[in-house]
Amino acid sequence: MDLRRAPRTVIDPKVRQVGFVTPGAAPPPARSHSVATDACSTSPPAPDLSLPGSSISPVMIPPPRHASADGLSSLTRPAAAVHVPASPLRHDTVQIPIGSYNPSEILLGSSPMISPSSRLDAGSEFSDEVPTSAWLSRRGSGKFASSFPASSGEMMAMKTTGGGGGGNTPKSSLTTASVVKTLPGVSEKDGGALIEMQNEGTSKPQKQKTSKAERRAIQEAQRAAKAAAKEAGGVKPSASSGGAIPALKQGKVVKHSPQKKDGPQVTAPVTTSEKKVVDRLPEKDRKKDVPHPRMQFDDKHRVEKAKRRAVVNQSEARNRVELFRHLPQYIHGTQLPDLESKFFQLDPMHPSVCKVGLQYLSGDISGGNARCIAMLLAFKEAIGDYTTPPEKALVRDLTAKISSYVSFLIECRPLSISMGNAIRFLKNRIAKLPHTLSESEAKSSLQSDIDRFINEKIVIADKVIVRHAVTKIRDGDVLLTYGSSSVVEMIFLYAHELGKHFRVVVVDSRPNLEGQALLRRLVAKGLNCTYTHINAISYIMHEVTRVFLGASSVLSNGTVYSRVGTACVAMAAHAFQVPVLICCEAYKFHERVQLDSICSNELGDPDVISMVPGRKYLNHLDNWADNENLQLLNLTYDATPSDYVSMIITDYGMLPPTSVPVIVREYRREHLWI
Amino acid sequence: MMDFQVVVLAGGTAKKLAPLVSKEVPKALLPVANRPVLSYVLELLESSNLKDLIVVVEGEDAALRVGGWISGAYVDRLHVEVAAVPEDVGTAGALRAVAHHLTANDVLIVSGDLVSDVPPGAVAATHRRHGAVVTTLLCYAPVSGPSDTGSSAGKDKVKKSRYNIVGLDPTRQLLLHIAAGAEVEKDIRVQKNILRAVGQLEIRADLMDAHMYAFKRTVLQDVLDQKDTFHSIRQDVLPYLVRTQLRSEISANGLHKVEDNANGRVSSQNYVTWMSQHREIAPSAYQELLALSPRSPENALRTHKCCAYIASKSKYCARLNSIQAFSDINRDVVGEASHLSGYSFSSQNNIIHPSAELGSKTTVGPQCMLAEGSQMGDKCSVKRSIIGRHCRIGSNVKIVNSVVMNHVTIEDGCLVQGSVICSNVHLQERVVLKDCQIGAGYVVTSGSEYKSEPLARK
Repeated sequence: MDLRRAPRTVIDPKVRQVGFVTPGAAPPPARSHSVATDACSTSPPAPDLSLPGSSISPVMIPPPRHASADGLSSLTRPAAAVHVPASPLRHDTVQIPIGSYNPSEILLGSSPMISPSSRLDAGSEFSDEVPTSAWLSRRGSGKFASSFPASSGEMMAMKTTGGGGGGNTPKSSLTTASVVKTLPGVSEKDGGALIEMQNEGTSKPQKQKTSKAERRAIQEAQRAAKAAAKEAGGVKPSASSGGAIPALKQGKVVKHSPQKKDGPQVTAPVTTSEKKVVDRLPEKDRKKDVPHPRMQFDDKHRVEKAKRRAVVNQSEARNRVELFRHLPQYIHGTQLPDLESKFFQLDPMHPSVCKVGLQYLSGDISGGNARCIAMLLAFKEAIGDYTTPPEKALVRDLTAKISSYVSFLIECRPLSISMGNAIRFLKNRIAKLPHTLSESEAKSSLQSDIDRFINEKIVIADKVIVRHAVTKIRDGDVLLTYGSSSVVEMIFLYAHELGKHFRVVVVDSRPNLEGQALLRRLVAKGLNCTYTHINAISYIMHEVTRVFLGASSVLSNGTVYSRVGTACVAMAAHAFQVPVLICCEAYKFHERVQLDSICSNELGDPDVISMVPGRKYLNHLDNWADNENLQLLNLTYDATPSDYVSMIITDYGMLPPTSVPVIVREYRREHLWI
Repeated sequence: MMDFQVVVLAGGTAKKLAPLVSKEVPKALLPVANRPVLSYVLELLESSNLKDLIVVVEGEDAALRVGGWISGAYVDRLHVEVAAVPEDVGTAGALRAVAHHLTANDVLIVSGDLVSDVPPGAVAATHRRHGAVVTTLLCYAPVSGPSDTGSSAGKDKVKKSRYNIVGLDPTRQLLLHIAAGAEVEKDIRVQKNILRAVGQLEIRADLMDAHMYAFKRTVLQDVLDQKDTFHSIRQDVLPYLVRTQLRSEISANGLHKVEDNANGRVSSQNYVTWMSQHREIAPSAYQELLALSPRSPENALRTHKCCAYIASKSKYCARLNSIQAFSDINRDVVGEASHLSGYSFSSQNNIIHPSAELGSKTTVGPQCMLAEGSQMGDKCSVKRSIIGRHCRIGSNVKIVNSVVMNHVTIEDGCLVQGSVICSNVHLQERVVLKDCQIGAGYVVTSGSEYKSEPLARK
């Protein structure tokens, strides 16, 4: 790490003017990099706020706004006195040490770059949106329910009239030919049986495990007994060793018995239960400390366990890349047909969740925002159709339901960080539901929460980002983007609508070639575009004045986690002294710190790498899986170090990557409405 | 059940299968490997956990018979409701009759004469995934007719009409053009706007519409209500929906809006902007180009998607809609698609019920089936044929490529080749039948020879 850091600081240009700096202002007292990051990442929030006057506090946060009024207030807040630097970012001469800011950067959250008139029309734009959402929340589930009983009643009536329907009226009656005897809800019963079966399945390995623990317990007991024997009974056996003695006896019995696995269960139930309690407690404590470990796929036991629970049948790839064993490596292309053929067996899933899962799996929905919205809308529908089973609490049962949906979605495609945040938000809302609410009230409140989240955190956030980012586009600019980011597309389109004259360079990469779709849309809107692949990045970077990139997530050390290739583009831009602007909604921020793209990533289908579109004769890698010495790796994401990022444009304004922890820390509660 | 309802269209006494079906044996109960053909569909659905079915039968009598059989065979297994509709209302009419029973979001419509192992879930999942208005199952038609006999002109015709001309987008998921039945012979007319929207249209003639559809319920009901002249799903409703997918008339009535709201979706206006912004359902160039074309959001609403699920070649899929298909399916079910029959085959690759009696020097070849209680005399030879229950077959009888149903008597020295012999038929001595269909209860006098003739009791 040090090795990597050292040269970078040398390369690092000290030029960093990112919208917080008034051009004429004197540079603040310089501070070393490390101190600044320390202050950002480790200091609790309190001291920062207690020292409002000191110039050391890196960023001052505007007072947290009320959640409900968030979207509107962020737009209608009076214009701050921050002057937007008109000088090009590129050839800047003001030198500011990284990690410290001018006192005048205070208004980080509220740096509105729009002229008052444009803001006015923005306000009106939103105002017609707000009522719709309000109307949405008002619309109850009554509409839904009312149509069903009526028709079913009709059906019943038809049934009772018997088989005289035919004749000239096209309406016919149904005669029940065969009825399953187990009357109410056959499918439910079947489902129940299935679940029981599964439970049986999962309980078996647990038995194994306990037997293992038992064996260990027995061993320990034996050791303790031996030690006690060595001491020749001089010391009185303590309470714990006293407990171990019967275990020792039973353990010996077990040792003689030939069957290893099932024997101890029968013979030594008491000791195991004791031992378990002792063992479990510290484990639980440990679990509380560790923030929910991610599944490591090189852990065979857990993988086995997860497989048994899995809905989607996944077969592991044969030639797995050794370095990425901790990530799921499945044979792609088998899951979708398998899941499709099992479509009607996925009974515990809500249909809309199922649909979204299928869309993830088939790639119909991709992109962080689209995936998140699709998931939230599916959850919303599922909540709408949810009824609390008798003798269960809505809060607990619904949380469990949502968890099961989420694990299904994970099987279809690993969650993105933004989705994780959204799920956290939803679970939080469920947990925080007041107990006084009736079921329907609780449901509608959750549904409106979801709507609000989508609207505020994604839709309006995007609009705010667009308005911020447009200020960075000037006539004559050449803007480069990589892949296809929905926000960046909106920025370009908006800037074009404003009548700015600029050119866009769309950089793309195999195998997904998402850029082509973006290019097509931009060209259709009349933008002047250049399209190239990422291998030409250093060639094209000469003419570029700004780089706009989307992100899947921004981590708290400023690392930008995004589509693979982003890091390469950012580095090239950095080398050419071109500012890199990352556009990312704040709900995608995460407090995790990640230094590389190995420990956490997603692996795509390796086969698509070997196929070249339009060049069918390039089949040298056909049947590559048969060659054991060859492994193909198709990474989905990469991590761009914060050094290569000039600025992150988020719904709270434009900030340097070093301020990400502040946003994460200060706005987290507001984000999740905790 | 995933918000799907299943309607099985079991047909009535189809005239196409003239000597085979009769008042006593409606089409749905025609035996395929000694099981009614309807059982294949019902078991396919049952294996997909679809246990609430509506079976629509043409004709009161036929409905009674089918209902009787179902209640006997599927007690405790399926919840089946049988509806009788008047004859000749067509598939669309049959659906019209049961339309008021449909309440789920989507309806899966399966033809009762389908013999297949394509999971219906796959069609349903494709339908859901795309949010389509209609999704149809397309499959590679199985090889038709025995290869050794030269196919006559009549067979050629049969062959052709089984295929459809199908237009697909490059991802092979969207159905852009479909020509059915008689239209196949005409010139293909492709709509310009569809072609412009997709950019690339793949036209294929090797796929068959397997008559398994997933429909959005509201749309189906709407079309059936509005277009009361529509007679058949395959020839009217489906082509209509495919034709109008870019200028949807069904959604023009504000139907989509109502739906979206009922679904708990966001209000339609928001929904459109989200769709365009986040490309929620945009797998192919299709959607993009739709977004491209200078349409107002209102226009964008007036499109619907028609999708296709193409079954892989390894799956078996056939419809029993002609006599040729009947013998083909019978052959395949004990032959290459033997997993469908549900029987276990002997080491000689045939099924001989233990109660069947074989005379000396009688051989039953592979891919044959001899059901319970049948007796065969000496020196008989059975090749690639199915013989039903309680048949009495004399000596020196040769049966090749044929289907013999139940309670048939065949006397000594007969030769039956490529024929279908229905129940209770009596073949007297030395009858020679080639490519014939003998209706139920017919008596063929001794020594007569027939070739390519349907024979039935007057």
